[in-house]
Amino acid sequence: MSAPSTGLAQTAQIGKSVVIKGELSGSEDLYLDGQVEGSITLKGNSLTVGPNGQVKASVEAKGIVVQGKLEGNIQASDRVDLRKSAVVTGDITTQRISIEEGAFLKGKIDVHRTDGK
Amino acid sequence: MKFFRGSSGMETAVPAPGVPKLTRRSSGLGELTRTWDAAENFCVLDLGSTSPANIRHFTGRGHKIYSEDLLTASTDPAMFTPDESGALVLDSRKFLADNLVYPAAHFDVILCWNLPDYLDESLVKPVVGRLWSVLKPGGMLLAFFHTRDAGPDAPCYRFHVIGADTLEMTRIVLRPEARRGPASTGRSPVADGFQLQRVFNNRHIENLFRDFASIKFFLARDNVREVLVVR
Repeated sequence: MSAPSTGLAQTAQIGKSVVIKGELSGSEDLYLDGQVEGSITLKGNSLTVGPNGQVKASVEAKGIVVQGKLEGNIQASDRVDLRKSAVVTGDITTQRISIEEGAFLKGKIDVHRTDGK
Repeated sequence: MKFFRGSSGMETAVPAPGVPKLTRRSSGLGELTRTWDAAENFCVLDLGSTSPANIRHFTGRGHKIYSEDLLTASTDPAMFTPDESGALVLDSRKFLADNLVYPAAHFDVILCWNLPDYLDESLVKPVVGRLWSVLKPGGMLLAFFHTRDAGPDAPCYRFHVIGADTLEMTRIVLRPEARRGPASTGRSPVADGFQLQRVFNNRHIENLFRDFASIKFFLARDNVREVLVVR
């Protein structure tokens, strides 16, 4: 399996044949194209749900990009990107958000802005 | 392993590719904007297809917005149950158990758009009843209704807020697999999108919103009546 280049040296990858149930946490960026059910915590790092990714979990990360399906609440300390193939059911709390035409969202969007120094 | 119950119905409505975007003035939106202009941190429920423009418009002003595409949700095969004759019909109880699930008096504004005109008959009254209960007292609901002159083939649009009283409209088309709902439902075939289900006259509209405190009509030039109701 190969993930799109993120320009980051350390990006862990979960392939599309992988199924995980439980608590997922870490301190590096994660590209997830498989199935995860439970919770994902990547404080200070980014999560990318690939086009084949199916996530049923609460997600907490610095940045979150969704191309696949995600059911659960999203909390991003920096930004959330919903790409056109994204199907998201859950509430989103973030500082910045970008949503492409065609993305599907069922849930709340709460944008907290903090003044940069 | 199946993670997404009924998710097939969530991907069925898309903006028509290559169709030009139309803009229209909206007196109802204009009045709503003037009323809520000074308010801070209010809560909006958008019942149309997910609109990046609407999300940008309201979150950019510090408000919370909820997005829920009820029309697309009504095509979900899981929402149908067999009636006495065995024909599959939309089950409003099941529909409301899965959709519009919010605390009472939660929203300041509900953007209903043209939902009542295109929603299945069995869902219209139960949905409006639920909208009444989730709207705060004094909260406002904006809905659009076609007049008879619009004709039965009036296309279904999604609405994007691009100004205080200006909307951009893009026509919604259904992907082929969703055009008839589940097999043998008896629903009318739709050529390429949602079909206008009925035309409400003013009296029907007043009856539909009879539990609300007030109702205001705005007649537009494009055979649409805009309705702003206050709970």
